[in-house]
Formats: sequence, structure tokens, C-alpha cells
Amino acid sequence: MSATSVLHTPVPLEQARSAATNEPALMRWLLIALALIFLTLFLFIPLASVFYEALKKGGDVYLKALQEPDALSAIQLTLITAAIAVPANLVFGVAAAWAIAKFEFRGKSVLITLIDLPFAVSPVISGLIYVLLFGAQGWFGPWLQAHDIKIIFAVPGIVLATVFVTFPFVARELIPLMQAQGAEEEEAAVALGASGWQTLWRVTLPNVKWGLVYGVILCNARAMGEFGAVSVVSGHIRGMTNTMPLHVEILYNEYNFAAAFAVASILALLALVTLAAKSFVEWRFGHDQQTSIEEHAA
Amino acid sequence: MSIEVSNISKHFGSFTALDNISLEFPSGELVALLGPSGCGKTTLLRIIAGLEQADSGKVLFHGEDASRRHVRERQVGFVFQHYALFRHMSVFENIAFGLRVKPRKERPSEAEIQRRVHELLNLVQLDWLHDRYPAQLSGGQRQRIALARALAVEPQVLLLDEPFGALDAKVRKDLRRWLRRLHDELHVTSLFVTHDQEEALEVADRVVLMNHGRIEQIGTPGEVYDHPASPFVYGFLGSVNLFHGRVHGDHLQVDDHVLALDQHTLSADTQAVAYARPHEVDVVRPEPGATGIPVVIRRILAFGGAVRLELERTGAESKENAGTPIEAEIGRDRLRELGLAEGDQVLIQPRGARVFPVSTAATNQAEKAAA
Repeated sequence: MSATSVLHTPVPLEQARSAATNEPALMRWLLIALALIFLTLFLFIPLASVFYEALKKGGDVYLKALQEPDALSAIQLTLITAAIAVPANLVFGVAAAWAIAKFEFRGKSVLITLIDLPFAVSPVISGLIYVLLFGAQGWFGPWLQAHDIKIIFAVPGIVLATVFVTFPFVARELIPLMQAQGAEEEEAAVALGASGWQTLWRVTLPNVKWGLVYGVILCNARAMGEFGAVSVVSGHIRGMTNTMPLHVEILYNEYNFAAAFAVASILALLALVTLAAKSFVEWRFGHDQQTSIEEHAA
Repeated sequence: MSIEVSNISKHFGSFTALDNISLEFPSGELVALLGPSGCGKTTLLRIIAGLEQADSGKVLFHGEDASRRHVRERQVGFVFQHYALFRHMSVFENIAFGLRVKPRKERPSEAEIQRRVHELLNLVQLDWLHDRYPAQLSGGQRQRIALARALAVEPQVLLLDEPFGALDAKVRKDLRRWLRRLHDELHVTSLFVTHDQEEALEVADRVVLMNHGRIEQIGTPGEVYDHPASPFVYGFLGSVNLFHGRVHGDHLQVDDHVLALDQHTLSADTQAVAYARPHEVDVVRPEPGATGIPVVIRRILAFGGAVRLELERTGAESKENAGTPIEAEIGRDRLRELGLAEGDQVLIQPRGARVFPVSTAATNQAEKAAA
């Protein structure tokens, strides 16, 4: 042991930081303040105002507004729509990602572009497509009427429009992940005697589980909050074809602010829960990613 | 189990990966498929495993046609270059996978699975790692676990795709020796793909040399090294010196020097290239009466058991021979005896050089330049 180890003293944190990235204190405070002011003005105040307006006239009014039959039916319809759209897109997303990431076939890039389509077009157009297809004057309109099937201005139309709009979330999340992982683990599983299902359940899905959960959360958030596409196909029939976002709009247009904000607060709450779930998954996912990156680097 | 492939061809678009390959792998042997990247060796291995379909031709296991059999029914153990361990499973579960996915009737009991997995972990000497995850292991450990996983289903054939390709030099050498010992213990027919000639010659019972989707030569390591069948094999299995000239009976006329040849079947006056390995090149002082090709010593690399000399042709008239670098390998004693120094003019005499006609040698040259 030499004298240097005795002389060794801990370096203060301030000095340890590299000088090149060390802005003057004033600059730092200014930047932080700017960011905070922006966040407060554009995010926090609107969010708080939703809850403030909803509860302004007291808890009784709030609860009553939510217990109103039309409000309950809107909440119910929103939940039903999400309950159909999310699993449907989950199955589709896994199937599409699996096909794109693990196989080579003609028209693959066309399929990838098609998956992105709902992101590219305006939601209103998405709704209109279904009106043009299934509406009374649409391509399949006469046939549907003859068989007494209602799609537009009814629940099936709302579900279809929502499925269309939320189509890319799961697939988009999984494709890059599966492509990065390659097909070697699947090949290893099959060589060891696993069937296609066993490979999917025991190897493929466990490897992408956090990406999958993340995609489902985003898909669910959009399914519950979708306004444009649903608005076009719904017909706004109270108690029948109104989802929560549509119901909020109707109440607001009727100057029934307390009720409008009460329903809006439920949507906002759903968004906050989604955000919390998303952060949790990101944290877990990031952790898994990190270990797999280390594995690749090793 | 013996494996046979007959008339296998495979194309990827316009690229020919395998061109009418026929081969036999006798039971219990350890065979290396050796060749430069893109020569089709991995494709051949994947076709034997059933991970890839051949455009035409047959794969026979034990004399039976297995071409239509699915991978999972072929009973092959496959080891990947990048291990392909299941990253979300522990080492134990990785090895147990092949047993757990068996149909219920054939699936061993949990106690039996425990016993088998620990037996395999002991075989690869990594029992203490059974509860770790792949990410926590070193490359060499991962490859040994991958091998244990492949052996768990008691495969009839073991196929290894560049098993040591992703490892560093020291670990590679250890694992090579270990694989050889393991094979001597288990005697399961094994094929491994490699582009490393040293690895192939050191580990395998037999070596299959491939190039451009075709087989260049098959033989024991000694055979292919000592009697290369083509200029390609000569060049691929170690360094070699080239002498361009014209055949005259039992010798080659290289410019105005005469070079003695091994037996050959070329007709007189053929343009040919003689091949000689560095250790087959004798070096002598240019004393009166001495014959040989004049060279100048550029560098003397005097480390290791033998001394390597980097030489350069001097006074060569033909343009193929002018300025060609030549490598010679001589004993330390011989170096001392000759008292050589860098910059000295000496004569070289290749012993037992083998000749190939210029046409085949030329393609080999072009390939070397492309590589």
C-alpha cells in the first residue's frame, strides 16, 4: 500500500460533473422554469379544471350525473367497444407481427404499409369509409337492409370504426421487437420437438410479453377515447349509440357543464390509470430490454 | 445413425447456394463442413436438419428418405452459432424444454426430468449454474448449455452451426478439445460447420471442403492437408507459394530456373502453376553450383518453434512471377547454420511442389483477390 491511497479523498459531486455540460445556474433554472410553466399551462390546469368543474356543484351532483341512465349506457358502450376492439387487435397484432417478423413473403412491405394506414388517415375519413360501405346508400346497404342487419348508427358500426382506428397499436409495437429477436429461438424450439402452439406459448409470447402489454394499454386508451371515427358512424342516439366521448360532447352542447365534466372526469381518470400502467410497463420493459441488450453485447 | 444427402440443390433467387451435392456421413463420425462464407455449408446443415427445404434432392437418415419429415420428427440436435437459448428461461428450464414439450404419453415424470437435466449439466460441467439465466452466462458457458439442451432429447444426429464462431480465441481452443472428448464419449454422428481450417483439421474425423455450393474434397485432416485436390483446397488450408511456369517432363520451367515436381498428369508444355507450402521451401546460400530461384529476404520472423522468412522474387522475367511474395519456414538450427540476415540474397528450392494447369489455378487466383 502506497501513500496515494491515504491521500485519496472523495471528489465532491459538483466537481465530478463534466464542465462541458455544466450550464450556469441561472440558465438551468430558467430552462426548468420554462418547462414547468408550459406543463402547468397546457397540461396540469386543464386536467385539474376537469375535476374542479365536475365537483364544483358538490359530490351529489357529480354522482347523480354519473348515475343517469344515458351516462351509464355511454360508459357501458365504451367498455363493450373496448372489450371487443382490444382483444381483436391483440390477436391480429400478434398474428401480423409473427408473419412479418418470422417469415419472408411477397407483399410484405405492402402489409406493413397497410397496418400503418389507420395512423395516416384522419379518423373522420375512417368513419366515412364504413358509412360508404355499410350505410343505407352504401355498397352493402341494400343487402343489409333486406336482411335486417344494422351496422351504421348501431353498436357494430362503432365497434368496427374503433377496431379500424386502433388497428396498428399492438402490431406496430411487436414488429420491431420480434424482428430484433429473430427466429433462432423458434427454430431451436421446433428442432427440440415443440409444436407450433407450444413454440408460440412457451417461446415467442414470453419473449415479447412486455411489448405486448404496452401495445394493449395504448390500444385500450385509444379505443376508449376515440371520438372522430365513432362520431361519424354512431348517429348520436342517446342511451343507444353514445360512447363516453360522444356523451360528453352532447352534454356540453346542452350547457349541462356539471354532467359533461363529470363524465369527462371518468375519461380523464381512465387516462391517468393508463398512464400509470404504461409507466410501470415501460419500467419493466426497459429492464428486460437492458438485460437482452447486455446479452447481445456479451 | 448414418446420414446421406443425394443430389441436393438450393437457390436463393439467382444465387446458387448448393449445386447438386451428394455426400455420405457414416454413423458415429465427427465431420467438419469447411469452406469460406457463402459456400453453402450452413445451408446444407440446415437442409439436413429440416430448417430449410432443398429445391431438389433427398436427405436420407439411416437409408430412409427423411426429406418430407418435419424438423421436429427428424430427431436432430441443432446447435446455433449465437446459442439461441430461451432468454426468459433458466438454464435448467432451457435444458428441460425438449423433454417438457413431448406429447403426454412420452413425457418423462418430473423426477425423471430433474435427473436427466442434472445429468446433462454434469456432462457439460456446469451444474452449479442451473438456476441462472442465459444473460448471466459467458459465451462459452452458453454454448455448452446449448449443447446440453440439444442432447437432452437424445438426438440421432448432432448438427452444429459454427459452434465456436462467436467466441474468443482462448475459449474456442478449450471448447474445441472439449467437443472432441465429448464426441469420443457419446459417439453420436456429428456434423459441424466452420470456416476455420485449423478448427476443422484439429477436431474432425473427416473434413468436407466446400466452395461455391460444390464439394471440393473429402478426406481425413491428414489427407486433405497433404494432398489437396484443387488449387482452392491448397489455398484454403494454410499459406501456400505459387510458381508460374511451363511443364517439361518431371519439372517446371519457371523463367530460367528449373523446379522439380511431384508426380503429375499434365502434358508437356502446359502453362501451369506449382504450389508449395512454406515448410516445403528450402533455402540455400547462392554459392557456386547451387541451384534455385533467387530471392531477397525481406523479413525474418524468429518466434515460435520454426522461423518464418518473408521473401521476394528477384530477377523474375515473367510478369506473374515478378515481385511475388514468398513465405518459407525453416528450423531455428537451419537459420543459425545459414547465418541469414534481412536483405540477404538467397536461393530457394521448393520440394515436392504440386502443379495444376493455369485454367483452374486462375479461377482460384481471382477468388483470392475477391476475398
